[in-house]
Amino acid sequence: MIRFENVGLRYDMGPEVLRDLSFEIRPQSFQFLTGPSGAGKTSLLRMLFLALKPTRGLITVLGRDVSTLSRGDLPAIRRRIGVVFQDFRLLDHLTTYENVSLPLRVRGKEEASYRQDVVDLIKWVGLGERMKALPVVLSGGEKQRAAIARALIDQPDILLADEPTGNVDPPLARRLLRLFLELNRTGTAVVIATHDFGLMDQVEARRLVLADGRLQIYD
Amino acid sequence: MTDAAAPPAAGRFAALRRRLARRAREERQTPIVPPGNVAGRALMTVIGIMTFLASLTVGAVTLVADTASAWQSQISREITVQVRPDDGLDMAAALAKVRATALATPGVRSAEIMGDEATERLLEPWLGDDLDLNDLPVPRLVVIAIDEAAPPDFAGLRDTLRIAVPQASLDDHRAWVSRLVTMAHATVVIGIAILTLVLVATTLTVVFATRGAMSGNRHIIEVLHFVGARSGFIAAEFERHFLKLGLLGAVAGGSTALVLFYAMGRWTALNEATPEADQISALFGSFAIGWTGYAGVVLLVATVGGLTALTSRLTVTRQLAAIDMISPVER
Repeated sequence: MIRFENVGLRYDMGPEVLRDLSFEIRPQSFQFLTGPSGAGKTSLLRMLFLALKPTRGLITVLGRDVSTLSRGDLPAIRRRIGVVFQDFRLLDHLTTYENVSLPLRVRGKEEASYRQDVVDLIKWVGLGERMKALPVVLSGGEKQRAAIARALIDQPDILLADEPTGNVDPPLARRLLRLFLELNRTGTAVVIATHDFGLMDQVEARRLVLADGRLQIYD
Repeated sequence: MTDAAAPPAAGRFAALRRRLARRAREERQTPIVPPGNVAGRALMTVIGIMTFLASLTVGAVTLVADTASAWQSQISREITVQVRPDDGLDMAAALAKVRATALATPGVRSAEIMGDEATERLLEPWLGDDLDLNDLPVPRLVVIAIDEAAPPDFAGLRDTLRIAVPQASLDDHRAWVSRLVTMAHATVVIGIAILTLVLVATTLTVVFATRGAMSGNRHIIEVLHFVGARSGFIAAEFERHFLKLGLLGAVAGGSTALVLFYAMGRWTALNEATPEADQISALFGSFAIGWTGYAGVVLLVATVGGLTALTSRLTVTRQLAAIDMISPVER
């Protein structure tokens, strides 16, 4: 699904922050991406969802070599990748419902065709009462769940989540983890970037560990 | 009977209500580009002012063009023949001969010799009121009214008159008309240049405003990219936003100008007898911009609205190309 071969990344003329990364995210797989703060987890995730180009090496996403993609190719690929940002990236002037339905709205779908699905998903992540609330009045955990719902609404092939349980209490973190596992069972490949060992210990899953810009894989 | 008729009508009404409710619900969705902020209001005001100025220019150009054509037709309705005094010339006989010659020419409706009193009144500002025309060698005039639809052959008339009375010269006012018309045309050209400048300034303002709005809403554009929006979708969202702003500003500016023109027209019509209105009427006739002026302003409003939308779309499309390059540059 996504394959990295000897990928390196540096910012401007600085040192390489990521070196010789070679791994593959297989269809329907479940993995954690972990490592100390500043190890480059977010940079790696940004390369995974096509926000960053590597300075060297080869990245193949959904069968396409990233270096050959044109701007017009990006939306179709991004529509198959769900992303949960660490800082949520909800649009402040849209309600929870509108934020969650945004991916469907930008695909030009009629609101009537997805309204019930969006409502169901929002209820499922426990935000049924906050449907019309704006992000400014949501707590960190609620924003987190709205961001997760937005990433899931169009049933992506791959879900990339950056610290998705960083702003929630342990019971909710477990619930979210169950949500990700269930999503994975329905066929979505999941990558969760986290440094929450408590969370990782709850699931027997592959771990990609970043340290000093290099990646070690524990299957 | 009424019971039988009621269900279909009620059904139709319910269906209509459902449709309206659905539309209202769809429209209730918040625009993706935030509708109101300070920059938006400022841009709307600038567009309003620009449209107001451009509308004034359109009105003024229409007014000058209409007035010029009025001058032209009014003056061309009349021509004058001047008979210069000369030794041994019997002025009365010469004037009568000129009149007769003119009346014999096809295309001439009437020919009147300007009487002594009228000539004295004409010369009074320069020569005073105790003037005796018999003491002074004063040229005399014959005023000829011509048929506008079938005007006489001016060159032929001129030659005939010269043969009949060598001291007579025909003045068809063409020199005056052409000067006035040239001046009016120059004013129209200047007006169009001003209009062009105003439209260019509006376009540039919209370019800057769009860029400002895009950098202010960059986080929105990024999110839209990551949820898979195509550039065309994002550009359309911005275009809709700016079309609304542009149309609101343009309608405000254009209607203010229209109200102003209407008020001025009414004021001159109501104060026709006063000296101020006389001065305005002397220059601009009735000070009415006519339907072409009003249509011009409406067209201008539509143009400004459309131009705003088009400019923002082009600017957004170009900016998106710069933003969405996947490159190793952290935000």
